[in-house]
Amino acid sequence: MSLAELSAAHGPSPTASSSGDGTSDDAPPRPPFAQDWHRIARMGAIGAIGQIFISLSNMPVKLDGRAIIEGVLSLGYLSLVVLPLAAGSRVGHQLRREGVPFHRPGAHEVIGGAACGALVGGGLSLLAMLIANFDLREPLVNWSPILADLLAFNCGTAFAVIIWLAIGAAVGAAGGLLRVVPPLARRVLWTMVLTLFGSAVLESLTTDLAEGMGIEGLIDWFYAPRGGLTITGAIALAAGSGVLAFVARGRIKGAKARIDALEGPARNRAHLGLILATAAVLVILPMFAGKLTNELLANVGLFVLLALGLNIVVGLAGILDLGYVAFFAVGSYSAAVLTAATSPKIHPELPWFVALIGVVLLTGLVGLFIGAPVIRMRGDYLAIVTLGFGEIIRLLFLSDWLSGWFGGSQGITNIPGAEIFGLAEVAGTDPRSVFYLVLAFCAIAIYVSWRLERSRIGRAWMAVREDETVAEAMGINTVNVKLLAFVVGAVLGSFSGAIFSAKVGSVFPASFLILVSIVILVVVIFGGMGSIVGVIAGSAVLIGVLGGPKQPGLLAEFSEFKLLIYGALLVWMMLARPEGLIPSVRRTRELHQEELAQDAWLRGQTEDEHEGNGESSARQPSGEMS
Amino acid sequence: MNGSDVGASRVAPTGRRRRRRTRVDWFLTALRVSMIALVAVGLLAFIAQEINPDNPFARWANPDATGLTGAQFRGLVISGIAQGSMYGLIALGYSMVYGVLGFINFAHGEVFMVGAMTGMITSNKLADAGLWESNFIGSLVFIVVVSIIVSSLTAVVMERVAYRPLRGAPRLIPLITSIGVSFFLQNASVVLLGPASKSYPDVPDWVKAKHTFLQIEGAKILVIVVAALSMAALWYYVDRTKTGKAMRAVAEDAEIASLMGIDVNRTIVKVFAVGGAMAGMAGILWGILFRSVIHTTGFLPGIKAFSAAVVGGIGHLGGAMAGGLSIGVAESVGPLLILEPLGVSGVSQLRDAVAFSMLIIVLLVRPAGLFGERLPAEDRA
Amino acid sequence: MSVTTPSGAAQEAAESSATQPILETRVLSVDFGGLKALDGLDLSVCPGEIVSVIGPNGAGKTTLFNAITATVAASEGDILFEGKSLIGLDPNRVTSRGIARTFQNVRLFANMTVLENVMVSQHCRTRQSVFGALLYTKAFRDEEAEITERGKEVLSFFGHRLTGYRFDQPAYTLSYANRRRLEIARAMATQPKLILLDEPVAGMNPTESAELTGLIGRLRDEWGFAIVVIEHDMEVVREVSDRVVVLDHGVKIAEGDYADVSTDPQVIEAYLGHGAAS
Repeated sequence: MSLAELSAAHGPSPTASSSGDGTSDDAPPRPPFAQDWHRIARMGAIGAIGQIFISLSNMPVKLDGRAIIEGVLSLGYLSLVVLPLAAGSRVGHQLRREGVPFHRPGAHEVIGGAACGALVGGGLSLLAMLIANFDLREPLVNWSPILADLLAFNCGTAFAVIIWLAIGAAVGAAGGLLRVVPPLARRVLWTMVLTLFGSAVLESLTTDLAEGMGIEGLIDWFYAPRGGLTITGAIALAAGSGVLAFVARGRIKGAKARIDALEGPARNRAHLGLILATAAVLVILPMFAGKLTNELLANVGLFVLLALGLNIVVGLAGILDLGYVAFFAVGSYSAAVLTAATSPKIHPELPWFVALIGVVLLTGLVGLFIGAPVIRMRGDYLAIVTLGFGEIIRLLFLSDWLSGWFGGSQGITNIPGAEIFGLAEVAGTDPRSVFYLVLAFCAIAIYVSWRLERSRIGRAWMAVREDETVAEAMGINTVNVKLLAFVVGAVLGSFSGAIFSAKVGSVFPASFLILVSIVILVVVIFGGMGSIVGVIAGSAVLIGVLGGPKQPGLLAEFSEFKLLIYGALLVWMMLARPEGLIPSVRRTRELHQEELAQDAWLRGQTEDEHEGNGESSARQPSGEMS
Repeated sequence: MNGSDVGASRVAPTGRRRRRRTRVDWFLTALRVSMIALVAVGLLAFIAQEINPDNPFARWANPDATGLTGAQFRGLVISGIAQGSMYGLIALGYSMVYGVLGFINFAHGEVFMVGAMTGMITSNKLADAGLWESNFIGSLVFIVVVSIIVSSLTAVVMERVAYRPLRGAPRLIPLITSIGVSFFLQNASVVLLGPASKSYPDVPDWVKAKHTFLQIEGAKILVIVVAALSMAALWYYVDRTKTGKAMRAVAEDAEIASLMGIDVNRTIVKVFAVGGAMAGMAGILWGILFRSVIHTTGFLPGIKAFSAAVVGGIGHLGGAMAGGLSIGVAESVGPLLILEPLGVSGVSQLRDAVAFSMLIIVLLVRPAGLFGERLPAEDRA
Repeated sequence: MSVTTPSGAAQEAAESSATQPILETRVLSVDFGGLKALDGLDLSVCPGEIVSVIGPNGAGKTTLFNAITATVAASEGDILFEGKSLIGLDPNRVTSRGIARTFQNVRLFANMTVLENVMVSQHCRTRQSVFGALLYTKAFRDEEAEITERGKEVLSFFGHRLTGYRFDQPAYTLSYANRRRLEIARAMATQPKLILLDEPVAGMNPTESAELTGLIGRLRDEWGFAIVVIEHDMEVVREVSDRVVVLDHGVKIAEGDYADVSTDPQVIEAYLGHGAAS
């Protein structure tokens, strides 16, 4: 069989994609035991080290208290089966390239997955034996009998060794199996798993909402009194979501494609409808929600606001600002000084909205002051210098020198809430009102980002991000344009700061660590640089579920681990999906430019080679070689 | 410059004249002038109060001026030099990686922290076994070896996992990745070793005692001597060995170097390993000098060391050391020499702010560093 | 004014402004750390004139462009544009004075669409601020419509290659020749008086380069630009040039029309080495 015939038989596959789409049923399966043992051993070893790391980080013990399904699975044990599953599935991954022989997945994948999973699980067996025989508690604080008991299900070391090999193999095999089953089944399965996991994670949120709407009875049936889904509830949810996924297969994508295919005003109307619907939900939802939920929503909103501001700087103009927290801090402190009666030096006690004008002006000035010296620097130097500025600002607020103004480490307390034109008082005691205030400012920030991106200024930002020298040569004053991005970002950040001080009622230097900058950066990158929807989704998922630097999320048990996870996430996103969760169309192109160019080239090439084979992929004009 | 520079010489247009000034330029000039004026007035006030704390100029600047004694001043300079030599050792790693790969390895400070932590664990184990007291020098050599191995390994794994797949990506991408790595390592230390600060075992008396006519603490002598020896060893390695030549070739132009039969990947791994080793060494010295480590130990020294690398001129090994020393002395002496005479209260709180300001001033006034930067051709733009 | 001859506006422009060149360099020198990339160059370009700059590699041709557009600083001499000095201006100010350029190794804003590429280069001709964009004022909308219109007009200069569905295609999807065309369009969109083309036909096949040669002529005739071209393809140089300037080692070694220059012994020596002329 020649290469040409092969690729004709498989249909053109423009990109190197994973084997998962199951389109080529006529390809031969591999013999089950002809495994790539080297690869399995390597991935198994990496996975085993990962398992040991997770165990010693105390994650299983800490998370064991949080049940997913009552009496069956806790978040702690879940954290120990993720790696074997991923490794088992990953081992069966085949790169599919044009013209390279491809195998139909089968028993080979399952056996490979089981072997790899057993190795990964074996990491825990090894750890159980080590804990039983050595005492390393001195440096490793979590090297404890508690961990050993958890690993052994309280049944002794020998049991632990065997059970984790077995669990690893079983879960790994399941991972391999994921590659074998048809895509529809996989989708249904994933929907069920995600629904279960999601409803367990969202427990406090749904319970809260249900109480607000007066349907506690239903909730009591789904959730066990001490947390986690009940078994019956879990089965019902799984079945329901499975059926839904089966019925809805392809429809959601179809609907999305239809909206995308719409043109001009019709499309705008569809988008407007979507936006209005979302806004309506966001306005109505908090009315039924309790204090905790609203607190959470308000926190998420604050980070959405911060992330949207940073998104203009990083995503649109391509300036990596690591000291973004400085503007948050300046916003908070200036709002505090302008509104609080307790402010040490001057206390004009302005109403919040009047103070906001001052806050915006001040932060804009600080933005100019920080921006002007750094804006000519190379991108990476700029990042470090802005980080330095962020730290300097915090140290100044903290210092005794300026404590006459800002109260030093005592901060400023008893800050009044924000009074909205005499209509309502927004303060931390009433998180719902805070959320509405945040929502309003988020709407402003979204509008600003959206409008600017489609203006002369936004285009200039993008040009600067693409190629600064050329942008300058095409008549763009790059210094001014970048400075403008810096200042706009700063002002958006200051909104968040002003709301923050009104919400919390006090400001301390400790709220403005560099950490906050990094978390916002993670949020922006996770969501997708330059993408408004992505940034919002990123904040909702990360801040909502894991929590912010100081704010707890839905999974409060994660508070010790969230920073670790943020770090890992940042690395992983950069390596695997630099365009983010919901990428902006443009950004994807940029980061995968070379690949796309190659694809276009390949497509052109293969089309030439297989002329007459007919079924070439939709002939993109991009492949042209004139 | 001599051959020990990782990087290429820089060609720049010499003619720069009659550039019309924009508003930003004016602002920057004003900023530079006011910075210099601040430093100058501070220094003058310091001199004035040294002559006589009661003279009117010193009183005008700071009503509570007291002045420093000679011994205080000497002490400040010497601790500055000791700290600065550690910054210099860390800066070597930043400088070499930047010279070869053209990005800031933000996580390098964490490699230093890993070295310090490893030293803490090993030395405590040795102290438990009683070896630390009975054979201090031997134990020291042992913990240095262990910590160099661990921190080199950390740096190499970091390169393999996080940076190698990103080679050739836009330059901010690896920087962001390294921020993630740094965050991860810091918090991995928290979850594995606990969030509390941990201390090194007690050191022998001669380390704590003051020696020579300058009355320098033994620990500081140790730090300065060890740093100097490490620097000499590194210089020999980069300047005199074949591997060092390969490093310099890769720094100059990786593509051409690979055409000349140099294994670029292996060379880069070695660069990371050597940088990691130097950071591990600095970690031990830190532990001996300050006796306490915590997961954030790497952050500030890391930033300051990066500043040192910039001050000395990125890609320039001798420059990194010189930059480290100047940053160390400046942050140690600066607050009392310049801010205190100006009447700023609580200056020791502003130590870090002074270090950051130094970085900003250097990048504003002389972004290419004191000795000129040496970068791969494509990074000069 | 002299008597208008039917030979066309271009010639008239060339004659009338022979006294007043649009661009003039006076003893222009550029130093790179001791290496003189340009050494006391005198060059003048009249309105509506097409001047070709040729010379062996490293002769300082691109440096000349960089010096004119202020990308590198001149170490000596002066550059006058419409009688006013360009020395000390930032590159973006030079562009807004009316000089646009293309790059030897095509440098588009690859991830912006074709239309955005020509819209963004009108930046220095537009005035709307952030507030206009936020308030979505009439002035803002008018300006957007205007630059979209002008962008489309400029693109349609190249026939159908850059129009229609291509408006919204990202620039990197274009073929090599189309990227070169888009780069010229982008330069045109800055509304310049003088365009500097750096090897516009490099890498093109003979048909494409013949077509582009025609377009360069039309750029002058229809749009009234003065043009300086760096080119290695002597066919093109012969076709388009009113005047040819030959550089070698940063020094002008010959100037005149194509026929004169191509037989100049000094030029032949510069290209082929010593002894070739004899």
